[in-house]
Amino acid sequence: MSIKKLSKEDFKSFVSGLISSDDKVVGVKAKGNRFVFGDLESADELRLDYDVTLLPPKKYVLPQVETLMTYEVKGEYKTECNAEPTVLLGVHPYDMVAINQMDAIFSQDEYDSHYMARRENLTIVACDVVNASENVFAASMGSATVKDGFDVLLTDLGDSYLVDAATEKGEALVAKAAGAADATDEDIAKRKQVWQKNEEALAKHKLNCKTSDLPGLLDKSYNHPVWEEKAKVCYSCGSCTSTCPTCYCFDVQDDVAWNLETGKRYRAWDGCLLEKFANVAGDHNFRQRREDRFRHRIYRKGKYVPAKIGGQVACVGCGRCVGACTPGIANPVEIYNRLLEDTNL
Amino acid sequence: MCACSCGKKDIYLPELATITDRKMMNDTEVYIRLTLDSGEELGHKPGQFVEVSVAGLGECPISISSSPTVKGFDLVIRNAGSVTNAIHQMQVGDKLGIRGPYGSGYDLDTLAGKDLVFICGGIGLVPQRSLINYALDKPEDFGKVTVLLGTKDFDQRFYQDEIAAWHANDAINVLETIDVEHEKWTGNVGVVTNLIPKIEDELTDAAILVCGPPIMYKFVLMALAEYETPLENIYVNLERRMKCGVGKCGHCQMNDEYVCQSGPVYNYSELGAVPEAI
Repeated sequence: MSIKKLSKEDFKSFVSGLISSDDKVVGVKAKGNRFVFGDLESADELRLDYDVTLLPPKKYVLPQVETLMTYEVKGEYKTECNAEPTVLLGVHPYDMVAINQMDAIFSQDEYDSHYMARRENLTIVACDVVNASENVFAASMGSATVKDGFDVLLTDLGDSYLVDAATEKGEALVAKAAGAADATDEDIAKRKQVWQKNEEALAKHKLNCKTSDLPGLLDKSYNHPVWEEKAKVCYSCGSCTSTCPTCYCFDVQDDVAWNLETGKRYRAWDGCLLEKFANVAGDHNFRQRREDRFRHRIYRKGKYVPAKIGGQVACVGCGRCVGACTPGIANPVEIYNRLLEDTNL
Repeated sequence: MCACSCGKKDIYLPELATITDRKMMNDTEVYIRLTLDSGEELGHKPGQFVEVSVAGLGECPISISSSPTVKGFDLVIRNAGSVTNAIHQMQVGDKLGIRGPYGSGYDLDTLAGKDLVFICGGIGLVPQRSLINYALDKPEDFGKVTVLLGTKDFDQRFYQDEIAAWHANDAINVLETIDVEHEKWTGNVGVVTNLIPKIEDELTDAAILVCGPPIMYKFVLMALAEYETPLENIYVNLERRMKCGVGKCGHCQMNDEYVCQSGPVYNYSELGAVPEAI
């Protein structure tokens, strides 16, 4: 696969061309003084200098609400699958790592055709981080840069972008860019400098151990006082899980039409911090205490999900939960470091 | 199949099944027998569960109550929410959506040749019956079959005709108790743990299969500890809310175990590392 260089002016024309094509084009744009992923109406809207988006791009593979099937109340259930070809512009490396992890989850054991259809219809243009956000700690989690999963990786070289097409889909996309020239060794060396810089810049919170130590650390920390200390001010609001790029738990609900004859079944984001998440019939709650729910999230990130995806830690260090948590208790690094103070690995 | 022509099976799509028999068991439990409209058998193992759908209301996980040795499959459903309430209104000929069977069920290879002791609290009998009847249909595969059954009160007893038939069957030993006295009841009174000393001889070598409300496990396990029953002989059948049934949605997770995949039946010796289990 090829590595090209494209001036920022040519890049803008390229994005304009994509927007006027048949594919849906989604990118990062400003919303007030924050950033979001949304439909692009013009190339001027695209802000690849963003720090972090309010919600991660997981909503394009696992939407907040997604219809799984429709039915007639007395009849058959019919699969609903409306994945449309979409170009996703500006995914940061940590969010790309998160999507790679979800790909593994939704394709393993029982293959989730709803998730995978959306994923396969995505063309992902990732981009290296230009401006670090206030709470990013991707470098601590090994996701300041990303090696795979994207179709194209952009790196800002000042007046141009390095354009690395990593897949056939990526090559086909880049082929639409007029003015692209082969990148020189010097350009590629500059990207290496960006990557080195980001290993420093994206470490606003530093984890005091290797990520591979986390499962072992958590094995020894189940009854640590930190769970209760932190959770006593937890609102159980689920902000940490709903802003998290690796959280994928969902609820399944039915919605019947006004005529009571047709309806749909949909899934919607859910979160293990929410009070009723582990409820069963008869109102028995298997995770009634806030500290139990608080601990569960941290164990999912550092131990349970890693066991399902080849040991990768399921926190990518985007820092969204840190900013979203009103009482300021969600930062996984702070918790892991606190456990490290009391634990011999 | 997926609607987008990827050709993959849609794991969330129920198939239709028709109610072929129905009976109210008591005020809160209905028994239904189902056959899949496809004409296929469900193909379950004892101890597995299905996701039952009522279009317009939703899905809930329900244990399969019948042995795979008979055609069709039985469910016993407590009226506990909107979906189960709707099932209670249904009659023979009505249709439900079914996904599954899911879960690992009882480990029949490990249980082969062993005496089986079932300790059931209330509707804990429902999933256990799938193995009780399997063992009765395959007497050459198992040793003695013993059932301890505790029910809260006299009027909540169910499967009464079948239990009466078990009492008359030499292949199975059934001991029943109800929590509170009743004028029509002449049998044991008290909680199910009171029956455990009556089968003391069975408690060392038999496989002990426990299913009941969450609070019951603690007391049954304490009682078994007194008789030094080896932990690896104890199997527990745990309740969780499996929403997807396929290890994705997270609702049934206890520590790192997805009950919908590795459960709901667990060997108790393997739950030492799963503090959320009981």
